[in-house]
Amino acid sequence: MAARKTTAKKPNVSGDELKQYYRDMLLIRRFEEKAGQLYGMGLIGGFCHLYIGQEAVVVGLEATAKENDKRITTYRDHGHMLACGMDPKGVMAELTGRQDGYSKGKGGSMHMFSKEKHFYGGHGIVGANVPLGAGLAFADKYRGNDNVTYTYFGDGAANQGQVYETFNMAALWQLPVVFVIENNQYAMGTSQERSTSTQDIYKRGEAFGIPGEMVDGMNVLSVKEAGEKAVAHCRAGKGPYILEIKTYRYRGHSMSDPAKYRTREEVQKMREERDPIEQARDMLLTGKHASEEDLKAIDKEIKEIVNASAEFAKDSPEPALDELWTDIYAKEVPQGEAV
Amino acid sequence: MTMIEALRSAMDVMLARDERVVIFGEDVGYFGGVFRCTQGLQKKYGEERVFDTPINESAIAGMAIGMAAQGMRPCAEIQFADYMYPAYDQITQEAARIRHRSNGDFTCPLTIRMPTGGGIYGGQTHSQSPEALFTHVAGLKVVQPSTPYDAKGLLIASIEDPDPVIFLEPKRLYNGPFDGDHTATSQGWAQHPAGDVPEEYYRIDLGKASVRREGAALTILAYGTMVFVAERAVRDTGVDAEIIDLRTLLPLDLETIRASVEKTGRCLVLHEATRTSGFGGELIAEVQEACFWHLEAPIVRVTGWDAPYPHAQEWDYFPGPKRAARGIARVMEA
Ligand SMILES: Cc1ncc(C[n+]2csc(CCOP(=O)(O)OP(=O)(O)O)c2C)c(N)n1
Ligand SMILES: [Mg+2]
Repeated sequence: MAARKTTAKKPNVSGDELKQYYRDMLLIRRFEEKAGQLYGMGLIGGFCHLYIGQEAVVVGLEATAKENDKRITTYRDHGHMLACGMDPKGVMAELTGRQDGYSKGKGGSMHMFSKEKHFYGGHGIVGANVPLGAGLAFADKYRGNDNVTYTYFGDGAANQGQVYETFNMAALWQLPVVFVIENNQYAMGTSQERSTSTQDIYKRGEAFGIPGEMVDGMNVLSVKEAGEKAVAHCRAGKGPYILEIKTYRYRGHSMSDPAKYRTREEVQKMREERDPIEQARDMLLTGKHASEEDLKAIDKEIKEIVNASAEFAKDSPEPALDELWTDIYAKEVPQGEAV
Repeated sequence: MTMIEALRSAMDVMLARDERVVIFGEDVGYFGGVFRCTQGLQKKYGEERVFDTPINESAIAGMAIGMAAQGMRPCAEIQFADYMYPAYDQITQEAARIRHRSNGDFTCPLTIRMPTGGGIYGGQTHSQSPEALFTHVAGLKVVQPSTPYDAKGLLIASIEDPDPVIFLEPKRLYNGPFDGDHTATSQGWAQHPAGDVPEEYYRIDLGKASVRREGAALTILAYGTMVFVAERAVRDTGVDAEIIDLRTLLPLDLETIRASVEKTGRCLVLHEATRTSGFGGELIAEVQEACFWHLEAPIVRVTGWDAPYPHAQEWDYFPGPKRAARGIARVMEA
């Protein structure tokens, strides 16, 4: 087994904080593994995109958020929901298409929301959530508070035209939005080199006067540090900021993708040398912030949470037929009599 | 052949026959398409002719229009019809009208393929049937096959067509016929006669419907997956219906439709798309204008509900054989 490459970084956070990040990342990993199993058992249908490998991105950034900050992301959204404190039971029940899911089974894996947690959704259409994120930021600026919106999207999405319309407006109006490009180097079966003219996506911000940087997305502390800088910039009223976070997804694009467009070795190397959870674990143990027993206890706690979410998601009833027609309009609009 | 193989074979044939043809779209080249429709074509014809694009529906359509105006024969793929909205501006305002506004100086012989329809648990962003958004636009042609044999012949005719063709592929039929009964074991195309597809060039002219079943009691108009739903409903009810697979929605084969409805005096329209302003409304209007004095009952349509396609409740939403049978009963009892 190859040596793990930790981005030589002394934890600039307390042991307890680091433990919390470890726990949050592990929750996402185990939740996603469970979702994968339920998918395999036919309990989850349709499209389901796992976040395994990318956990440090959202956990590192959530560590920089304060009350009332907003977040919006793509269809690869389970990690974001867990990291901002949404209930794993409600998320899993949405995956299985049940009444107690966050969208009562109507949204599925890609489309969940939480007003309470200021989570403005998973969005299935690539690039579509980016202007929405700037609009969320606009509303906060308009109201004169210092909230920030984290707008997540992928390397593939970064080529959509509306992203650049949004960059321009966000810079023009100095909107408090952090554009988080989760660069996992693939858009479905197409690698970044095959789709993107220049490889440092964050540099595209220069054309609009938006500062940005490349971040090691396999190390939760690097993410947090960069996130703090970006968020401080936005809160100070200096406009948007771009974080291009280099990360990697271990699984296929979705559950139906065997990922034949890349080598097993490439994936294996990432897992062995760069895994974000193992890196955090190393830091916890070598820094003596936690003992093996402590970590075992965390493992056990997470396992229980995840198992409970799966049981909940299996037991929750299917949505009632009437749900098909609820929440289409504020007030139901009469329809023709259909056969 | 499966429908996927038939579509691939059509593109293969056209790439070999006509050097003006290029194939492109998201994941289409190296990866061979998410549904594998273009698998192997880049290897065979090279990256100049079969290539990947970034996730840029608007520019995929727009560039195809530019290529077509230069006399090329682009065949672009939009990965799912649900992703076409950024391209809709280019398709409606540029592709559909460049011939007209240039007095025929410049034309737009392009084909845009897109998988359409539900029955695959895709939810609201992977199950839509937007055909009426295209049939509403003068200058476009709109095709939707329901079998591998038709898919190949129609795709070849579309690529050869001098005008822009929106080619909608019912993705639930890619690997086998589907009659709306999700509990039945799935059938492949190998057992179906229309899965017998020649390797070589052949075309099925646009604008020609196909009578899939002859009958005297009523006429059922359908396309895509709903053709199989219609067949199933007819088997279940035992009603002697004539089933017409439209194959091309625009231009519409009104001759075939009229001959049938004049014979049967009754008509049922089926589609997966939502009901209000769906293509069924257009079909009903055409039939009543053309055949009013032959009609013995109001025309009925069975369609998707006027609601976003849900993640759960796939089979409550999808207009399956039970609802089609209710539609048949309604038309027959009047
Ligand atoms: C407008 C649109 N086009 C295409 C798709 C199909 N699609 C879904 S995800 C995806 C790849 C996106 O890659 P990236 O932005 O890098 O995000 P990742 O999946 O790697 O997280 C594609 C092409 C879509 N959902 N929406
Ligand atoms: Mg990506």
